[in-house]
Amino acid sequence: MSEFHDPANVVNPEHADHHIITPVTYSIVFATLLLFTGITVGAAYVDLGVLNPIVALAIASFKAVIVILFFMHVKYQSKLVKMTVAAGFFTFLVLVTMTLTDYMSRAWGLW
Amino acid sequence: MWLFLLTEIMFFGGLFFSYLLYRNWYHDAFVVASNQLSIPLGATNTAILIGSGFFMALGVWAAEVRKKALLVLFLVITTVLGLAFLGIKYVEYHEKWEKHHIPGAHFDVSEFVNPQAYGLKEQPLAPDMAQKTQVFFSLYFAMTGMHALHMIIGIGLLGWLTFRAHRGDFSSGYVAPIENFGLYWHFVDIVWLFLFPLLYLINRHPGS
Repeated sequence: MSEFHDPANVVNPEHADHHIITPVTYSIVFATLLLFTGITVGAAYVDLGVLNPIVALAIASFKAVIVILFFMHVKYQSKLVKMTVAAGFFTFLVLVTMTLTDYMSRAWGLW
Repeated sequence: MWLFLLTEIMFFGGLFFSYLLYRNWYHDAFVVASNQLSIPLGATNTAILIGSGFFMALGVWAAEVRKKALLVLFLVITTVLGLAFLGIKYVEYHEKWEKHHIPGAHFDVSEFVNPQAYGLKEQPLAPDMAQKTQVFFSLYFAMTGMHALHMIIGIGLLGWLTFRAHRGDFSSGYVAPIENFGLYWHFVDIVWLFLFPLLYLINRHPGS
């Protein structure tokens, strides 16, 4: 609970407990994002075989997660907001899996 | 705001899925077409966009602690970095225009059919596969174009928010518009965090 908590806002689930993230935290996140951008560019020039896309996507996912947790404040939000965000990405993954399953099973052996 | 962003996940998700599918179908064409993109420009744009997101996050903080001058400053820096991103995107699009790498009637496959003549170290493609580079460029323009459109809308909103912040609307504890716009801006950042490796980075070693 911060000193700037607005009692008029309590019915808004996104403001159940308004936590203010400090510029220090933002700076650390910013530096981490830049560092991993450098790593992913460096990794692109190294031949890792089938691991190239996996490494690139793993780094991108890591960066997305820390943007969501800190820049987008999800780490400090209510469970309702966390569940909403997680449900969005989970549903997307379900759709990708089912659609790919369909495409792959129709051209069996060609993938 | 989060519910709106969930619909945006599905919207961009469709484009990402098309990319995944066509990359598997026309892998060779995607590799050489992807290698036409400039990693230095893409990486610079990634850093610019992360910086823009950082200043947007600082803007949310400035609104929360009611520092009006800082809030206006951070919103202006966010806008400037957003415009810088679009400027570099324009340079990249312009190069594609000059090389006839924009899909359509004037698309030119000669660099993909005969790469040696252009000093490229790629494997030459058969003419039918070379035509499939148009699929890559279609998706490239669709994905980065929709991303750029989101940024243009965001920059428009930023101008309006900067005006209201200057008027003092967000310096008395009412931070919801700044916070919600911040969520939108960070979401657009995240889309780019995935576009950059998928379009620019992961095809540099076609032999594998």
